Amino acid sequence: MIETRDSGLIATGVEWNFELLQEFDTAIHDIAANEFGLKTYPNQIEIIASEQMLDAYASLGLPIGYPHWSYGKEFIRNEQSYRKGARGLAYEIVINSNPCIAYLMEENSLPMQALVIAHASYGHNSFFKGNYLFRQWTNADAIIDYMVFARSYVMQCEERYGPAAVEDILDSCHALMSHGVDRYRHPAPLSVEEERSRQREREEHTWRQFDDLWRTLPAAANAGASKSTAAANFPPEPQENLLYFVEKQAPKLEPWQREIVRITRKLAQYFYPQGLTKVMNEGWATFWHYTLLNRLFDKGKVDSGFMLEWLSSHTNVIGQRGFNQRGYGGINPYALGFAMMTDIRRICENPTPEDREWFPDIAGGDWLKVFDFAMRNYKDESFVGQFLSPRLMREFHLFAIADHENDDKLLVDSIHNEQGYRRVRRLLSQQYNRDVQIPDIQITRYDHRGDRSLTLTHRRDRNRPLSDDAGEVLKHLSRLWGFTVRMDTIDEKGIVVDQREVKP
Amino acid sequence: MSIIIDRRLNDRNKNAVNRQRFLRRYKEQIRKSVADLVSKRSITDMEQGGTVNIPIKDISEPQFQHGMGGDREIVLPGNREYQAGDRIPRPDGQGKGKGSSGESDGESGPSSDEFLFSLSREEFMNLFFDDLELPHLVRNYMGTARDTKWQRAGYTPRGVPANLAIARSLRNALARRIALGMPRLRRQLKELQAANAPAEEIAEVERRLKRVPYLDELDLRFRHRIKVPMPISRAVMFCLMDVSASMTEDKKDIAKRFFTLLYLFLSRKYESVELIFIRHTDDAEEVDEDTFFHDPQSGGTVVLSALKLMQEIIDERFPTDSWNIYGAQVSDGDAFGADPEKSRALLQEGLLPKVRYFTYVEVPDGDRTSPLTYAYQRIEDERFAMTSVASRTEVYPVLRELFRKETS
Repeated sequence: MIETRDSGLIATGVEWNFELLQEFDTAIHDIAANEFGLKTYPNQIEIIASEQMLDAYASLGLPIGYPHWSYGKEFIRNEQSYRKGARGLAYEIVINSNPCIAYLMEENSLPMQALVIAHASYGHNSFFKGNYLFRQWTNADAIIDYMVFARSYVMQCEERYGPAAVEDILDSCHALMSHGVDRYRHPAPLSVEEERSRQREREEHTWRQFDDLWRTLPAAANAGASKSTAAANFPPEPQENLLYFVEKQAPKLEPWQREIVRITRKLAQYFYPQGLTKVMNEGWATFWHYTLLNRLFDKGKVDSGFMLEWLSSHTNVIGQRGFNQRGYGGINPYALGFAMMTDIRRICENPTPEDREWFPDIAGGDWLKVFDFAMRNYKDESFVGQFLSPRLMREFHLFAIADHENDDKLLVDSIHNEQGYRRVRRLLSQQYNRDVQIPDIQITRYDHRGDRSLTLTHRRDRNRPLSDDAGEVLKHLSRLWGFTVRMDTIDEKGIVVDQREVKP
Repeated sequence: MSIIIDRRLNDRNKNAVNRQRFLRRYKEQIRKSVADLVSKRSITDMEQGGTVNIPIKDISEPQFQHGMGGDREIVLPGNREYQAGDRIPRPDGQGKGKGSSGESDGESGPSSDEFLFSLSREEFMNLFFDDLELPHLVRNYMGTARDTKWQRAGYTPRGVPANLAIARSLRNALARRIALGMPRLRRQLKELQAANAPAEEIAEVERRLKRVPYLDELDLRFRHRIKVPMPISRAVMFCLMDVSASMTEDKKDIAKRFFTLLYLFLSRKYESVELIFIRHTDDAEEVDEDTFFHDPQSGGTVVLSALKLMQEIIDERFPTDSWNIYGAQVSDGDAFGADPEKSRALLQEGLLPKVRYFTYVEVPDGDRTSPLTYAYQRIEDERFAMTSVASRTEVYPVLRELFRKETS
């Protein structure tokens, strides 16, 4: 590879300034783009103070958002624990936008700034640009503009209709956000031309099929029945995007209320890929800051003091505590992600016989290609299901516990051994499956000819009930809907086991 | 090539709006918490921020999510001892945790039932005042930590147009014009015109006249205002309370708020305010604040004893020429026999001449007119105010007269 500059150390010490940041960025960019071929959006790196970081936390990491009390709550919560020292702030926040905006805290030392630039502006950035979920569901070019619009729209509504009315709508929408995302693309609506040609085809078809004899059959009763079932079955297919259905169909909403529903729906959709790729995204970014900074060292651009400085925080970030250790907070996505990424590289470069058996496709392959493919085409669920190696399961001492309702004890289902690898891996992959995490609730019936009531169907997964606040959420839904909302809970056999009804 | 931007100078308090909304939305809960703080704090420490807590369930945002129960498998890291097929007793509490689906609040604070956060001094005082339904004028007066005031201090040659002292400026202009000899020139001009002098001579004088402007920048004077420190003075506030068994905790809470309000008011006005607490049943004694509010007593009621003690203390320690004396009495109004009448007499003749203001707040049990009220009603003195309150919001009016005088 071409060394653009060969002038030794860029800097020593921990004090940063803007020239140094620029130099580090150039050096990191050079390695990332030219040696490893990372494709990124252009970067916009912003230096902020800790209070501003707290602000950014509260507004979901977006630089701008509409006013709502829940952000205030988040803000107070974070501020409180930060002031008490219960937790530090993130070193960085990065936004999936084009240009990709990364916030760096002014308190970071120079090595940390370099780490954060590598992590956010090259790691996360390339993930945002490459991963299929982000490509499919988010529009990096437009998000900031959209938020500007959303903010001013919500504030205009507050002026016109009063903050209380707007807050009511927002509260209700926020409650439904987890069920306000599309998981599959809707087919594009038919154009007028297509519609017309289809209609012609239909006409032609009936014309060809015409047979005067049929007219003589008594058909009235039959026709009436089919008409009424057609009317009853609306929507024709169950609808899982509750916010979308509310936005399009709610009988009583004013236009501005519909627009607010739409805004929250768009927001939920924007964050949808992030929830599905935590492990991959963080693993990818962590792997790259580790690799890029090590390259800087190999090229003699930084000294070992620099390396020690960032390595200590790196080690903290990728620590994984055991389930029975203090401070255990679930599986650390940084730890698992980083370990898996590193492991893929190892499998490609130095495969063991075990790896050859488990990963015949990639063992001994070109790691950069495998990497790029994995990043582009997987989400956490499939990534874990595909790439978690027995070696890592041993390293993490992963084991599965079965928690069954009618068993008074927990059962160790399987552990990290020959008999258990596949099952542990499958179960862990399921743990990242959104369909398992989030209850399956769909709109099955809208009685639009009758009392306008809305019926939801909750399909219980393995007998797992809804939590207690489901009633509250239903109230929110009925507030948006304006008429009675029912929810039937059915078990896996389709038998109704529970019914709730909320009147507005 | 990346762009690096310094945003440190941008707004810091983007979330102030959201914070205010949060406070407004949970006012009721916060208020409860503030009430706890009020009862715990000493009157003199009232004026500061504080930590309040709200039950977390009140502020949680509902979502459709899985509850406990049903069947599931969980993958955990860090297995050291288990083999497949081992059976483990369920951990206590059966709480969530154990890294279930890993949604949302994995990392919230130590106690998970309460949402704790601190209010700033302003926020706390506002809530405190809200409870008392304090008018904004008074609120401003008490809310600001004021120790200086603006005072006029003559005139200054520089200032903003709004402060222009017109009469003064014109007077300066006149003086200048006189000094520059305009009256003389005018007279000369008149004489020349009368004498039909040659045109050049007249023109020359006119030119000299025109050279003197009517109003020069030199003439302008502006009203000058400076900040002067408030006069240093001392006040003593007597808190008198009936602590017989009929005074419930609720009534004491009202009393405390009333005393606090008066104290805050006085501490704005005076450099230092001393507090004297006198409680009485059938006998009065001077006590510290904690005992005053929290030590239950039993016994009858003799109001006179407290007033007498107050008088003694004033005579002993607070000479009226060097102290501003304020009195505040809270009672449920019970008094027996000759006591109310004697008390009225002592108050009217013995105490009122010595104090700046005396307020009496009654926290009655029912609608009837209490003996003490009946007696006190006959006092007619502008330094005396009384009221009967059933709830906190009624505390303020008794002080209204006092505040109106002092804040205007």
